[in-house]
Amino acid sequence: MDILVTGILLGGTYALIAMGLNLQYGVARIMNLANGEILVAGGYFAFIAYTATQLSPILTIFLVAPLAFALNSLIYRVMLQPLVNRAKSRGQLESDSILATFGLSFIGVGLMLSFFGGDYFSYSFMAVPVEVLGNTYGANRVLSFVMAVLICGALYLWLNRSRAGLSIRAIGTTPASARLVGIDVKALSAFTFALGGAVTAVGGALISTYLTLDASTGVVFTLKALIIVIMGGVGDVRGTIVAALLLGILETLVATLLDPGLTLAAAYVMFLGILLFRPQGLFGKKPT
Amino acid sequence: MNRRPFLKLVSALTIATALAATAASAETIRIGAVAPKTGPLAGGATVTQWPSIQLWVNQVNAAGGLTVDGEKMMIELIEYDDQTNPGETIKAVQRLATQDDANFIIAPYGTGLNLAAAPLFDRYGYPQIAVSAITDQQADLAAKFSNMFFTLGTTTALAADVVKVLSGMRDAGQMGNKVAMVNVADAFGIELATAAKPLFEEAGFDIVYETSYPLGTQDLSPVIKGAAAAAPDAFVAWSYPPDTFGLTEQAMIENLDVKAFYTAVATPFPSYGTRFGAAAEGILGAGGVNPASPAFMEYAAAHEAVTGAKPDYWASATTYASLEILGQAIEAVGLDRAAVSAHLKESTFETILGPISFDENNSNAAFWTVGQWQGGVFKGVASRGRDGTVPVILKDGWE
Repeated sequence: MDILVTGILLGGTYALIAMGLNLQYGVARIMNLANGEILVAGGYFAFIAYTATQLSPILTIFLVAPLAFALNSLIYRVMLQPLVNRAKSRGQLESDSILATFGLSFIGVGLMLSFFGGDYFSYSFMAVPVEVLGNTYGANRVLSFVMAVLICGALYLWLNRSRAGLSIRAIGTTPASARLVGIDVKALSAFTFALGGAVTAVGGALISTYLTLDASTGVVFTLKALIIVIMGGVGDVRGTIVAALLLGILETLVATLLDPGLTLAAAYVMFLGILLFRPQGLFGKKPT
Repeated sequence: MNRRPFLKLVSALTIATALAATAASAETIRIGAVAPKTGPLAGGATVTQWPSIQLWVNQVNAAGGLTVDGEKMMIELIEYDDQTNPGETIKAVQRLATQDDANFIIAPYGTGLNLAAAPLFDRYGYPQIAVSAITDQQADLAAKFSNMFFTLGTTTALAADVVKVLSGMRDAGQMGNKVAMVNVADAFGIELATAAKPLFEEAGFDIVYETSYPLGTQDLSPVIKGAAAAAPDAFVAWSYPPDTFGLTEQAMIENLDVKAFYTAVATPFPSYGTRFGAAAEGILGAGGVNPASPAFMEYAAAHEAVTGAKPDYWASATTYASLEILGQAIEAVGLDRAAVSAHLKESTFETILGPISFDENNSNAAFWTVGQWQGGVFKGVASRGRDGTVPVILKDGWE
């Protein structure tokens, strides 16, 4: 039971890390390698707000979200829109965007270094035990899990129930036909990219309450997000959530029952297994 | 619009600046520095390495420079970021030696990066006064690279003194002999764990829980829960910065009931003290200083005034001391690198840590090994040949 809860909590963290990238890659078709830097920037913002003004990270996320939305929208318009316009095929856009955002990740690290320095930033927020089903867990992790559930739930409902959401899913499925039924693919892609960035930055703000970050740690999160998105199936919120939870539970299971040293190996075995037997991801659709 | 006059002005200015730069560099000592500003070790280097370099250069230049052959020479610092990548460290050292014509190069940060750069320091004849390079291979390395010096101690000394401190507590009847020992599965963590295990067993300790975890593990609660289940009297983690923070927070949350709690790298960082506040009281960690010594207090004040950040309670001061040593050697024998290396081997240098000299293995034999947070300050509780150790206290809860 303890393993399951710990694993689900860790899965919540992973869902926060990967959800934004799923939106960006699934709909806007931008494989954003600067995803981790946006996450770390969100964490920085929460850290500064907390240490300077004692502003609780739960409130900070309402500032982080619009700021990150604006920033990502700017990035999309200035840097990625030209690539989208130029791309002749989906493959070309993917490889172009990988190169462009790879460069962007270095710029992100450099900017954060010059503004905040390279020191570790960590603060103590709700680092108190709470009891869940007879075992103790960090309150900050539980809180961030609850927030992850809320964010993922809201995204899922919005994507499946609202008109804008349905349009976004239509673009994710067949961008060419979406245009034929009067969906403004360009504007909605930009919107989804920015939304993905906002979700990632909010995730970063929540994660910073219990993980120690520094300007260069972004890449670690990008890699984790990449694995989860690919395992879950590109463009499907459910897939990301399930993959994140599975990964969290698996890692905790291995760490508790076998050896914490084997968690990485277990994660990659699972990744390989899914790639071998379901290359389109758990919830992904087979390419037609 | 006629742009020509403006262009002429700009080019004239450019040429003038270039000339001024050349003129200035003729009388300066060019000192190169290569260390991580990005990558996994950047967090540590930003606390420990770069600010002390900045402070030293600032202080030397404020005093008019170093006296070489009766003439004052200012220091020109050339910095490179090696991205925590040994390949980049090597390239940067090569560039400093061949393109930038550096007179001296400050040793890189981290054991691996220092070892990677050692052959180049050796080939170009630069003395390498390594600080953050803790290893048991010092004798072999010094035999191979005669210009390589070590200041911060050896792995075995670091591990042995933890065992010694814990043995002392046990023999005084303060705790039992059950130890939980974990380590990060990376070079330094593995080396420390390998060195510590036989020492604990020799000292009669019972290792009731032992495990390793990968670098960058995002949830360390299974490690702490596993340790707690074994009901140890002491918890020892040979850890790296992010997991040092993570393990401590988990131990707090789980209310890990131990009499001694030890985490390794980053425990002496000021950000560790701020993060955990009163809960840090009694936590043991790698390193230490004598924070009450006037020399350290003066250094810490200057460090904060010049760089805006506090030094850590371990390698920061040693990094600064290594630069003091370099400066004193240059003032004694001039810019001849071979003469500086020879001087390093035979002299004793006055530093903020006290006198430092190098033995036949080019190693400094007087260094700090274990420290402890006491009253918001990280104080040295064990050392090899340093004054000012304070008695160790018991870890009494996490409040």
